[in-house]
Amino acid sequence: MTRVLDVENLRVSFPDAGGRRFYPVDGVSFRLDRGKTLAIVGESGCGKSLTSLALLRLIPPPGRIDEGSRIRLEDTDLLALKSEDLRQVRGRRIGMIFQDPMTSLNPVFTVGNQIAEGILAHLPVSKTQARDRALQLLQEVGMPDAPARLDAYPHQLSGGMRQRVMIAIALAAEPDILVADEPTTALDVTVQAQILEVLDQLRARRGMAVLLITHDLGIVAGRADRVAVMYAGQFVEEASTSDLFALPSHPYTQGLFASVPRISGPVQRLAPIPGTVPPAAAWPSGCRFRPRCPKAFEKSHTEPPMLPVGPGHTMRCWLAEE
Amino acid sequence: MTPVGEALHRAWHTPRGRVSAGILVAIGLVGLFGPPYLPDPLAQPDILAGANLPPGPSHPFGTDQLSRDVLARVVTGARVSLAVAVLAVGLSMTLGAAVGLVAGYWGGGVDAVLMRLVDGALAVPRLFVLLLVLALWERIPVIALIVLIGATGWFGTSRLVRGEVLRLREEAYVSAAEALGARRRRIIFRHLLPNAMGPLLVAATLGVGDVILLEAGLSFLGLGVQPPAPSWGGMVFDARAVLVTAPWAGIFPGLAITLTVLAANLFGDALRDAVDARGR
Amino acid sequence: MKRWLLRRLAQAGITLAIAMVLLFVLMRLAPGDPLSRLGENRPLSPAETEALRVRYGLDQPLLAQFGVFLRGAARGDLGTSIEYGRPVSALVRERLPATILLGGAVLLLNFTIGIWLGVRQAVRRDSVLDRWLTTVSLAGYAMPSFWLGLVLAWLVGVKWRLLPAAGMQDPLLGPDADWGARGADVLRHLVLPALTLSIVSIAATMRYQRTAMLEALALPYVTTARAKGVRESLVRWRHAWRNALFPVLTLFGLWLPVLVTGSVFVESVFAWPGLGSLAAGAVGYRDYPLLMGTSLLISALVVAASLLTDLAYAFLDPRVRLS
Repeated sequence: MTRVLDVENLRVSFPDAGGRRFYPVDGVSFRLDRGKTLAIVGESGCGKSLTSLALLRLIPPPGRIDEGSRIRLEDTDLLALKSEDLRQVRGRRIGMIFQDPMTSLNPVFTVGNQIAEGILAHLPVSKTQARDRALQLLQEVGMPDAPARLDAYPHQLSGGMRQRVMIAIALAAEPDILVADEPTTALDVTVQAQILEVLDQLRARRGMAVLLITHDLGIVAGRADRVAVMYAGQFVEEASTSDLFALPSHPYTQGLFASVPRISGPVQRLAPIPGTVPPAAAWPSGCRFRPRCPKAFEKSHTEPPMLPVGPGHTMRCWLAEE
Repeated sequence: MTPVGEALHRAWHTPRGRVSAGILVAIGLVGLFGPPYLPDPLAQPDILAGANLPPGPSHPFGTDQLSRDVLARVVTGARVSLAVAVLAVGLSMTLGAAVGLVAGYWGGGVDAVLMRLVDGALAVPRLFVLLLVLALWERIPVIALIVLIGATGWFGTSRLVRGEVLRLREEAYVSAAEALGARRRRIIFRHLLPNAMGPLLVAATLGVGDVILLEAGLSFLGLGVQPPAPSWGGMVFDARAVLVTAPWAGIFPGLAITLTVLAANLFGDALRDAVDARGR
Repeated sequence: MKRWLLRRLAQAGITLAIAMVLLFVLMRLAPGDPLSRLGENRPLSPAETEALRVRYGLDQPLLAQFGVFLRGAARGDLGTSIEYGRPVSALVRERLPATILLGGAVLLLNFTIGIWLGVRQAVRRDSVLDRWLTTVSLAGYAMPSFWLGLVLAWLVGVKWRLLPAAGMQDPLLGPDADWGARGADVLRHLVLPALTLSIVSIAATMRYQRTAMLEALALPYVTTARAKGVRESLVRWRHAWRNALFPVLTLFGLWLPVLVTGSVFVESVFAWPGLGSLAAGAVGYRDYPLLMGTSLLISALVVAASLLTDLAYAFLDPRVRLS
């Protein structure tokens, strides 16, 4: 297994109204391997989008990546890079797909233009060559009638097509890593499956490492190799997909699975997790899930580290010790 | 707290808001209560020896070419400028809100006609409208001037209010009220108006600055407030003749205008941020 | 697009028509008699007054006067000036170039310096430069243009004798001075009035552009461009500013009335022979045909500017262009 990305103790801070800093991403560690998909699953407000933005150092000011964080791309320390070197990483070694393709594409330029821009930013090719390459990419991501779409404007395309464009843009400079931040959230259910399929094929064909951010457990099954469940700025459980689905161990994960409505089986009341997600500026003390956890006990008042549950399966819960 | 009260409260609690509000209040107070403590702004005690004196202990702002005390005239001028501005803007806001509410809520033909009229009115620069009327109306009384300025300043506001009404109409609580059978008037006054007040207040504050500049300009051209009553614009006009020998006669009134308008704009800005923050 | 264009043109026409009606009504409703001023220097006999009244068509019913006015305006005849005794259209034609020169200079300064500073502020948000420029722009915007003009005229023109403070040309420049010398002379005279108007207007342009740019920089597609590895300067100008341009274009359409209003004062202060000073002078003479003519022309310009702005907007935004 070749490791391409190593993230250690990533913390992202923002100032609150009084100027004190709080941590929407608070100590996240993971690795990405070639040809494998890692999914980060969590509700909105858990910090997963910020985690993905941090990899390319796109955290919007006044937010910043904290001192103790480490992000290594093979043997390059991403956090120490100067702006020009960082620019070389963006797009060229790590490509990113954003959530809403309507607002993430510039309305005044054609999609071909925007894909070619990604190519020209890194590869020493002519404009014509870039355009040809853009066409190839559109075809690779499964865009119907690609030659005609090349000169279309974003508003002239459907949601699914726009997302394919975003994928093409992300792939333009042939990156080794693809970060997909909620790539299907803004799309219809039928189109979602198509887009996920495209991502999967690209990963296999190009041997890229994929980081898939989502709030939807459903799209993780069968698509990701490993899953990390995120809550309140931290990973609370991490395992291979099959292990997580077979044995969800953290109470939050169990709550997530329980709250998914099932079509098959007897009709039951929906079982939501009681309470609400805490705001990032006020994480609860001790175990952050404690206020909502049905299995909380005295030890929950101390913040638990990630503890092993089984081979390659960890969770942030004192119950692992039982 | 009402939305307006909330916005004011939040604006007050920024450094920008406090400083600018403080300046405005100070100018207002000085204008209101200052004159008894100062020399008569109309008095010309000694044209021969007391004219065009530079700023000094007895005349902090100096004297003009008719030996009138510039400080006294600036302070008295504040009364007129602020009064005209506040009253004219009050009139503009009322007219604009009324038209905007009607156009926005009734919609259809009424809206179309009203907005076409507003478009046409906006095509003629306000100053020219005033020039046209004032050219024929010599010695206009201050009340008429206020009404005139107010009556020419509501067009933009009506568009603003109309926009707010259109936006708010789509809000759930309005359709809820309509579904409950509330009468139109009630909907307008209880639901639409209070929420449109925020942007309206911002427009009003900024409008005060605009009107002060406008009225000063009119006085500078010899229209508007008539001499010998002191007005800031008129003082600058008088000072033209003695610009070289007694620049203070023109500089101080101009500074007064700048300071007042600056404070009004700053406070309007702070208010706008406060109103926006609430909407978010 | 074509249908939109036609509709927009029709709208402009209606707006102009309404403006004309409003102007006319305004004139006739205002108290005071346009002819009363004329009797000041040399008393007029009732017969002379009546003759003048007929000459200027003031004895006709209101609707007939409006008809005359409309027909005349369509022909390009805007009446005769009371002050100058010459056709208004001729006077306007004579003075228009000077105002266009001044307005053009101010717009140029606004669209280069104003935009550049506004973008700079947005990119370096909350820096020392940003705060300082914000303060300066707020102060500049609060200054009365006539006062600023006088102060500048006094300081630069009189005290320091650096630049001329009045007029458009040096009356002493000989008739055989070549184009270069004449041009340079006009430019020297242009500096102070243009500077005065620009200080006030750039202040507003800068603030507007700053806000628009800050909003554009926060847009998701700007983040996409950065994520692609596009050079920061391209991100800033090609992506962010291109879309921050739209609000500023709208500003341009609104700007003309402000510029025109400012020019009335500035041209008066600097004796710049343009439409503004023409209008200011007409006031004293109660020269209503002249005032009407200039107001009409300016309203037409405002409507045209607004139309052009919308056209530019539509042309630049493919979402509108292709619909």
